[in-house]
Amino acid sequence: MKHTPLYQAHVDAQGKMVDFGGWEMPLNYGSQIEEHHQVRSDAGMFDVSHMTVVDFKGTQAKVFVQTLIANDVEKLKTEGKALYSCMLNESGGVVDDLIVYYINDEDYRMVINAGTTEKDIAWINLQAQGFDVSVEPKFDLAMIAVQGPNAREKVFAAMPGVENIAGELKPFNAASLGSLFIARTGYTGEDGFEIMLPDKSAEFTWKMLLEGGVKPCGLGARDTLRLEAGMSLYGSEMNDEVSPLEAALSWTVDLSNEDRQFVGRKALEELKNEGAKNTIVGLVLEGKGVIRNHQKVVTSLGDGEVTSGTFSPTMGKAIALARVPIDATGSCEIEMRNKLVSAKIVKPPFVRNGKVLV
Amino acid sequence: MSEVRDDRQYTQTHEWILDNGDGTYTMGVTDHAQALLGDMVFVELPGAGDEASQEDEFCVVESVKAASGVYAPADLEVVEVNEALDDEPELVNSSCYDDGWLVKFKAENIEDLMSAQDYTETLD
Repeated sequence: MKHTPLYQAHVDAQGKMVDFGGWEMPLNYGSQIEEHHQVRSDAGMFDVSHMTVVDFKGTQAKVFVQTLIANDVEKLKTEGKALYSCMLNESGGVVDDLIVYYINDEDYRMVINAGTTEKDIAWINLQAQGFDVSVEPKFDLAMIAVQGPNAREKVFAAMPGVENIAGELKPFNAASLGSLFIARTGYTGEDGFEIMLPDKSAEFTWKMLLEGGVKPCGLGARDTLRLEAGMSLYGSEMNDEVSPLEAALSWTVDLSNEDRQFVGRKALEELKNEGAKNTIVGLVLEGKGVIRNHQKVVTSLGDGEVTSGTFSPTMGKAIALARVPIDATGSCEIEMRNKLVSAKIVKPPFVRNGKVLV
Repeated sequence: MSEVRDDRQYTQTHEWILDNGDGTYTMGVTDHAQALLGDMVFVELPGAGDEASQEDEFCVVESVKAASGVYAPADLEVVEVNEALDDEPELVNSSCYDDGWLVKFKAENIEDLMSAQDYTETLD
């Protein structure tokens, strides 16, 4: 199995190591619920070095990225500005979801998922033929996400010089200092940073953050946090066969410039004309129990399926994201352990910045 | 390493059973089981006076990770349930052999239980 540069630090911290798409990663360091609360109330950190950074450089970098992804990097005008997008196949299914950062018109940085890296790079290289652009995966970068209401302060205290470059950063913007790249982004619904840095600096930085009172958190808490924040997970809410228009991700698709013929555009326009049949909604369980992935959802308009189910530590209730017929509202029932249990259909997010919103 | 206590017996499905010496038994899940399941979020218990036949699923412990049935080790009658678990299911994690017990029941005899030593060997 593959290891990040922080593998030994996880083992030393009693991390419960599990196979995560070929990477041996910490599920938790004891209690994933405590780790979850730690991020909502103070600051926690996640090793996300298994994710992949890809740089795009060349005179046609901009027009290439505009062809490659469904959102439009035309929106990005200032250095370090970030944009969330899906990368589609010709049928309009999602090859991956990603964040792209603008450096300049000839230089973009993308962060893609770990489990899809091989597929993505092959796909990107195929699309890049004929463009003056180099596709450069940065496998020698580690990534640490520090998240929570006190995350930024604790990063500034633990990492000398960072406040100077990232103190004034607005959400969804990044700054760099040499090979250190700091983005005010995350996957938890809390404030914080995602820090990209050379592999060889990762262990030292992790240790400094630890000494600064940032608690390590595992993939278990990462999943409950992102689910409370209503954020999609590739492979659950969307995949190669699901259109962003049927995954509540229409807001990430930019069709405004008719001359921009990005991959999958035609399929999206066809689906838009026909009308999407399904969407992703939030569910809150009204009784006891925990909603699990793939459970059947029964609505008045037809059946759906749970795409991500869990127990929300912040709400003390089971919540889920589910694919349901597009106009389903009100209440529904979930088939759990051979029983139908009532749930309420809500609009995610469930929790943002420590507050329950549903 | 998982804790196994010498004063009680064990099932192959990772429950412990303590003979109270008065015809009743106390039952819970082992340290190994609670660690595997992770943070407990709900515990569904039967009512006092309920009867269960051997191998009936008569309790459910549900963690962030999975729901897991607890099966009756014999034909039994429930005499008491641990109501504290309603509000504090995490007692199963923090004190699986003491405050995190699940049920007390009456039974004639229970077959196929393992000693602490035999159970420990199955964990290796």
